[in-house]
Amino acid sequence: MLSLRGLSTRFGSNWVHKGVDLDIPPGEVVSLVGGSGSGKTTLLRQMVGLLTPTEGEVRVFDEPLFAGSRAEQRRRRRRFAMCFQGGALFSAFTVYENIAFPLREAGIATEAEIRELVALKLTMVELMPSHAALMPAELSGGMIKRVALARALALEPELLLLDEPTAGLDPTRSASFVALIRDLQQQLGLTVVLVTHDLDTLAALSSKVAVLAERRILAFDSLEAVMQIDHPFIQEFFLSERSSRALARAQGA
Amino acid sequence: MADATRTPELRFTEGCLTPAGDWTLLALGPHATRLRKELAAAKATRWDLSALTRLDSFGALLLWRAWGGCVPAGTVLPDEYATQFERFVAMDEAPVPHPPRFVFTDLLAGLGAAVLGLFSHLGDFLALIGRLALDCLHLLGQPRNWPLKEFSANLYKVGVKAMPVSALVGFLIGVVLSYLSALQLKAFGADIFIVNILGLGIIRELGPVLVSVLVAGRSGSAMTAQLGVMRVTEEVDALTVMGISNYIRLVLPKVMALSVAMPLLVLWTSAVALIGGMVSAELQLGLSYGFFLETLPKVVPVANLFIALGKGAVFGVLIALVACHFGLRVKPNTESLSANTTASVVTSITLVILVDAVFAIATRSIGVPL
Repeated sequence: MLSLRGLSTRFGSNWVHKGVDLDIPPGEVVSLVGGSGSGKTTLLRQMVGLLTPTEGEVRVFDEPLFAGSRAEQRRRRRRFAMCFQGGALFSAFTVYENIAFPLREAGIATEAEIRELVALKLTMVELMPSHAALMPAELSGGMIKRVALARALALEPELLLLDEPTAGLDPTRSASFVALIRDLQQQLGLTVVLVTHDLDTLAALSSKVAVLAERRILAFDSLEAVMQIDHPFIQEFFLSERSSRALARAQGA
Repeated sequence: MADATRTPELRFTEGCLTPAGDWTLLALGPHATRLRKELAAAKATRWDLSALTRLDSFGALLLWRAWGGCVPAGTVLPDEYATQFERFVAMDEAPVPHPPRFVFTDLLAGLGAAVLGLFSHLGDFLALIGRLALDCLHLLGQPRNWPLKEFSANLYKVGVKAMPVSALVGFLIGVVLSYLSALQLKAFGADIFIVNILGLGIIRELGPVLVSVLVAGRSGSAMTAQLGVMRVTEEVDALTVMGISNYIRLVLPKVMALSVAMPLLVLWTSAVALIGGMVSAELQLGLSYGFFLETLPKVVPVANLFIALGKGAVFGVLIALVACHFGLRVKPNTESLSANTTASVVTSITLVILVDAVFAIATRSIGVPL
């Protein structure tokens, strides 16, 4: 689905990644974790082509990200979508226009169909139809995340990338947003890659965990298997008291 | 997943319609128009969805619309697609409201809003000046709190950094003005009056207005954008919460800097423009530099210089106040930021030219040799 081959990144004289290899199979929900400054967001931005790695390549759907003509690249880009940390909603558009925008750009659906598709996406992310007329500045943090998710889902992507999906949400909203993502992932058969700091999110969502440390992917396996690995970073990240509580909560739920 | 998409199609056999292939947004792209027509023309009693390889919400929507908003009885509907249509039922119960249509009364309301908007601008602008004045009075008692560092930084930004561009523009304008006037004056044999024309024209009128237009475009827009982004990122609110006056920290240094920098820039630009005119006059009319420099103070009374400096200071204050006024009105979206930055530049240039006309009337008997 998505694979990174020998990815290395250098900022100035500082190597952030050195030989990152990762193969994400279809249908998985992969959480990318790592200490702060380990370049998780950088890696995510490279996956969608916002940043170009110094060395190595990114392959999506078994093709290099930047292969082929403009039309082919555009076609490939439509098959994945990204939710940004702050939502990145177009602030000059209403919620409705934000979700309709990618559909209009694709130029396939008629205006009447777009209306119904937007209504559908709004119900999918559990928002009211009356929210459609609001401007992004009038939305709460949780609603911004939901609208961003609806916009990302507008073009029916097969692969969804989430940057800190629950950052800035209170625990209740965070839990309900995580449940929403999980439901949608199961219904739509999405492959999801997310970057998160939040252990509750990590435990509740991910089918696999990729640990980014020492400039490479230290481990890529299920949560239970990753936790068995004897490495200072993993021990500290997963086995501290705070982490154990979060993980216990997730198992109880 | 990278396997090629299967072309979506609609098969018709013995009164049974069978959509087949990938009915997804991506695959339907080139076929959507044809399939919409086929669906509209189809007269089927039974539907069979089991031949579909993939179905997403767009494909489901096409079918849903063809069915007229309900799943026909007797449809073969595999379980994995059933949820898609259940969502449509929920959606149809709560449709997205249409935005209200534009009618004549909206036009009237728009006009009213524009007029009221003008009053609100005037009110806010007055309030800005009032608050600034009050804060300045307050500061008189505490000389340590004057924002001198910000003032100095702003002075460098709006003054020193504007020198090259204003010199270039001034020089070229001087050359052009001198060249065009020289052509006319030569015809009358009144060559030496070039000094009067350039001296009065540039020092009294052109210099201050030219610099104002440049500074409004260069520094006024920057100030509005900066304050605007600070509002978007809530930095202005953060200052308020810390109990620090926005007007002292943000507005006052800008107003002070422009009121000091503008007269200096006017002086600098006028001087360079006169040099440009002088060079051109020498080339065009053979007027020597020495003669030009000697004649200038005789034909242009020194009062003109003070008028120019006064204008510069007033225009500077105006530009800074207008820029801050619009900057503080920015709402947290990109559209508002661009609208306010445009409005700031247009308003300050218009205001400068209006005030310049007032100056022209008020000083009509000062410094003009009769």
